[in-house]
Amino acid sequence: MTNQETIPTANSFHMLRAMVGIGTLCGLLIVLTYEGTLPRIEQLRAQALQEAIFKVLPGISDTRAYAYKDGAFQLAADDDQVIVYAGYDDTGTFKGVAIEASGQGYADVIRILYGYSPDKLKVVGFYVLESKETPGLGDKIEIDPQFLSNFSALEVSLNKGLDALENAVITVKSGTKVNPWEIDGITGATISSRAIGEIMGRSTEEWVPIIYKNQEVFKLKANE
Amino acid sequence: MNQASLTQIFINACLVNNFVLAYFLGICPFLGVSGKIDTASKMGGAVTFVMLISSMAAYGINSLLIAINAPFLQLISYIVVIASTVQLVEMMVKKMSPSLFRALGIFLPLITTNCAILGLALFQTNKGYDFIQSIVYALGAGAGFTLALVLIAGFREQLELAEVPEVIRGTVLTLIVAGILSLAFMGFSGLGS
Amino acid sequence: MSNPSDNAAQNNLAPSSTDEFIKGLWRENPVFVQVLGMCPVLAVSNTALNALAMGLATAFVLLMSNILVSLLRNFIPKEVRIASYILIIATFVTMIDYAIQAISVDLHKSLGAFISLIVVNCLILSRAEAFASKNTVGKSILDALGMGIGFTIGLFSLGAIREVLGNGSFFGYSLFPVQFQEWVVMILPAGGFFTLAAWLLLFNVIKKKNSKA
Repeated sequence: MTNQETIPTANSFHMLRAMVGIGTLCGLLIVLTYEGTLPRIEQLRAQALQEAIFKVLPGISDTRAYAYKDGAFQLAADDDQVIVYAGYDDTGTFKGVAIEASGQGYADVIRILYGYSPDKLKVVGFYVLESKETPGLGDKIEIDPQFLSNFSALEVSLNKGLDALENAVITVKSGTKVNPWEIDGITGATISSRAIGEIMGRSTEEWVPIIYKNQEVFKLKANE
Repeated sequence: MNQASLTQIFINACLVNNFVLAYFLGICPFLGVSGKIDTASKMGGAVTFVMLISSMAAYGINSLLIAINAPFLQLISYIVVIASTVQLVEMMVKKMSPSLFRALGIFLPLITTNCAILGLALFQTNKGYDFIQSIVYALGAGAGFTLALVLIAGFREQLELAEVPEVIRGTVLTLIVAGILSLAFMGFSGLGS
Repeated sequence: MSNPSDNAAQNNLAPSSTDEFIKGLWRENPVFVQVLGMCPVLAVSNTALNALAMGLATAFVLLMSNILVSLLRNFIPKEVRIASYILIIATFVTMIDYAIQAISVDLHKSLGAFISLIVVNCLILSRAEAFASKNTVGKSILDALGMGIGFTIGLFSLGAIREVLGNGSFFGYSLFPVQFQEWVVMILPAGGFFTLAAWLLLFNVIKKKNSKA
């Protein structure tokens, strides 16, 4: 070793001193950065989520987060897991609810956000929050205008008992859509577009009846 | 919170999102020791073993960090734990099975700076896998890593005998083979759903 | 991992400071010559912007860790040096991770876990071990700048090619008329392997020509 003279010979005290010293320094640096950037990061995240909600619920200008607890919707607290976002327009009228859903896609898990309007009994908007689908093929679910137009008015009306969907949401082969509750698939992205249908089908099946039943909660809160 | 089934996770980690061919993780040893099938499979075994242990450790640390509300320590504690796990594994293997140690020995220190291990720990946290899911994910990733390494080694052993222009030999050739394999593995996409 | 030329730099005639800087750009370029830190090079070089951001992040970590390691080189005993280096590197990576999140959530999303993986980029540890632990702060800064910029150039030249061919755009601006058929393969993982192979091939050819001349 040519560098013997520059690196001190060790005894336990030196080793301990070095490790504790570096550990303290590193800890300090990390905590300072974390504290310094946290407000900005949280603001950016909230902003991104807000923009996504505005996209899936056209015409709204304000949102509020709700959590579903013990069979009722309540204004969400910080530690709540399942959250839906109610959207209101300029006059404070309740326009619909944005719901997050996720499921297995072609490559990895896809996370989506969609807007549901209890008045229209329809899904009114759709946005991909996160996907790793194949660029140029599977990622058409995010950008293909024809595919996205499926979600401006996708029927999710309830049956007579109001406890399930009249017709489950499903993806059909490209160009064969005949019913308003079907999603027209994408050629070349069959699996990805079918995955969206499945994710949405499962989520609407679960949430639409609950939200429809509890929609008064969202309307009440709007008038406060 | 992730509801993916165990088979889904395994196939996903092993074939669809192969660590080497889709995420480029663990490329360094991949280029270095993929010359012979024999060494490649041993390296794969060692990596799988360390992955399994550090995946369990990472799960524990993450639960602890969430409990004390210090997410900013995640990276630094993962890397420290992985480095010490590798040391620990090395000592244990040396004590318990000298023959295994002779086979894996030289690979173990290399694993500390193998991004596949840290990548695994980070991905499993991002995906929110529970304990059992994490273990299956680690096994799948390890199997995928070994598979890719052995496949490439097989190619390279054959190519030794082929007449290849001098400028292409070595890393360039390995990269081209890896690219073709990566394309082939794209065919597995969709298996996980 | 020690580099022969570094030892030469120490023992032989003192190299000029510009040389410490230049060597990382060309003669010892981390991407094209040393083939170090390949995992981020291939994974996030699918667009020019991602590649540039990743390159700069790595260069920052490299610079800061080189400075700190060089400053502390007489303070860290040999036995615990690797552990200390890893701690230092992990600290700066965590810092840059939060900094990128604070700059743009979208950028952070597209780089994903690969920012954290800078920790295990062999380039940084090898510079700390082979250079910064034996040289003065000034030289270490030059070395880190050279290597960092060399790494960024390498990443960027991959990212630019992959984005132009695979997406028909450069920094998100479309370059070609709509009829352009994108080479989808270039932004797939396989494209990373192929582009890097092509660059290395080019370097090999140049090297061969030079040695003949």
